[in-house]
Amino acid sequence: MSGAIVMQAIGLVKRYGHVTALDGTDFELRAGEILAVIGDNGAGKSSLIKALSGALVPDEGEIFLDGNVVRFRSPIDARRAGIETVYQDLAVAPAMTIAENLFLGRELRKPGIPGRLFRMLDKRRMLAESMAHMQDLQIGIRSMKQAVETLSGGQRQGVAVARSAAFARHVVIMDEPTAALGVKEGNMVLELIRRVRERGLPVVLISHNMPHVFEVADRIHVARLGRRAAVLNPKRVSMSDTVAVMTGAMRPDELPADALA
Amino acid sequence: MKLRLPSPATLGPLLALLLACAFFAIRSDRFLTGDNLSLVLQQVMVVGVIAIGQTLVILTAGVDLSCGMVMALGGMVMTKLAVEHQVPVPLAIACGLAVTTLFGLLNGFLVTRVKLPPFIVTLGTLNIAFAITQLYSGAQTVTELPESMTALGGTFQVGSTAVVFGAVLMLVLYGVATFALSQTAPGRHVYAVGNNPEAARLAGIATQRVLLGVYVLAGACYGIAALLSVARTGVGDPNAGQTENLDTITAVVLGGTSLFGGRGTVLGSLLGALIVGVFRNGLTLIGVSSVYQVLVTGILVILAVATDQFSRRGGRVA
Repeated sequence: MSGAIVMQAIGLVKRYGHVTALDGTDFELRAGEILAVIGDNGAGKSSLIKALSGALVPDEGEIFLDGNVVRFRSPIDARRAGIETVYQDLAVAPAMTIAENLFLGRELRKPGIPGRLFRMLDKRRMLAESMAHMQDLQIGIRSMKQAVETLSGGQRQGVAVARSAAFARHVVIMDEPTAALGVKEGNMVLELIRRVRERGLPVVLISHNMPHVFEVADRIHVARLGRRAAVLNPKRVSMSDTVAVMTGAMRPDELPADALA
Repeated sequence: MKLRLPSPATLGPLLALLLACAFFAIRSDRFLTGDNLSLVLQQVMVVGVIAIGQTLVILTAGVDLSCGMVMALGGMVMTKLAVEHQVPVPLAIACGLAVTTLFGLLNGFLVTRVKLPPFIVTLGTLNIAFAITQLYSGAQTVTELPESMTALGGTFQVGSTAVVFGAVLMLVLYGVATFALSQTAPGRHVYAVGNNPEAARLAGIATQRVLLGVYVLAGACYGIAALLSVARTGVGDPNAGQTENLDTITAVVLGGTSLFGGRGTVLGSLLGALIVGVFRNGLTLIGVSSVYQVLVTGILVILAVATDQFSRRGGRVA
């Protein structure tokens, strides 16, 4: 894997009073890859992701998107820049339909006077496009008019993934997308993540689940003590060595050279 | 737009309304006359218009306890300006509307900026609006209103039945609110904010602006209701709005709107208001004391909320 760098961060620092959450961490996401981000609690993993998705403004350091510096003040800024985030706690409106959730905050209006003057929504087009997006990811749901609360957890996550894949132009960030799911549903979501990559979107996958990480990731970013400890190649490194690096039991330079990615 | 069957959510209230009508039609042959039904509409129009604002607020998982008192203040401002200060009627009405809308803005500001719970905020503004109304009016009713101020209380003939203009205005407002809530993005955002505010925020919806807008619009509804109340009673009454306050919440809940936000329709609230109106009217017709009407209303509300709870628990997939 040596695609062009899509997103990069250099020397990100974030302090909360005396606590340093990010201590000059770097980050690098390449085109067409699934990059897993792992780390113990307090390793700065979630602060890093928050900085990349605009939920947190770093004190120091720079973030680059396609080589240009970006400064996100809110998740909405990041979204405008083409970065979509799928949140762990299934950020959907359960009483609303699948189509409404897919287009939430980005509704399509009817053309002409009904849309311009009366601001009428183009429900038919949103339904059709929702169907297309869901089929694109091979999520088998028959009606886009179903309320999201009638879906299983995995299907709901499917809606969230479809939404981000439909609107992301550069990056999809997934924060523990399988954490709340059972084995079967978790595997279904992993398959979705692969399909998102196949559509040419690089994916940042935050996960605690090592088997999941090793199953789909092209590279593994190991966060430790607010920095990037190493970037590993899951095809050349064992799960136990990865955990050892993550917890500090092993230094990255003790690994064979081809384990680093 | 295609004509569709009512959704399951509005089916319940609709059935309840039809059953109530059938019951009273059997018990009293005066119930199902055009004049009586027109009277029901007239009795319902004030609560009905307040209920539009109340529905908006409850859809966002809030509640507005101040609605009736704010309406009373709006009515007082309109009538006093017109009668005692000879302000032209349209301007007096505009001032009343402005006052209720400002109260909506105050509610919205306290909820969105100061982050106080809507229940507490509106409990406060309820008392504030009540006190201002009493002080401003000296607890005196304003009478001898200019005719144009009560124009909405006038009627027109449909066949042999006299229909009051205000009821038509109410129905038009319901039409507008239904359209806005179901067919426009801001309307859908009201549901999203009530359903899952965090998801709405992450989806890029300016949730605080939606909330503020809802309270302001609710305030405007109370102003229109004030005008209807003045038109119906023909006076500026400092003690108006006291029963309407809770009646609107009853109507909204009976109409199937969830107090937890994000579910419901304004049309349901209209049905809810009509159910309360039909019960009041029907029980009066068959000669039941008004205490029992209050009792029945109370039982209806608890039944409606219980149904809401059960249907939600049953309908949820874990």
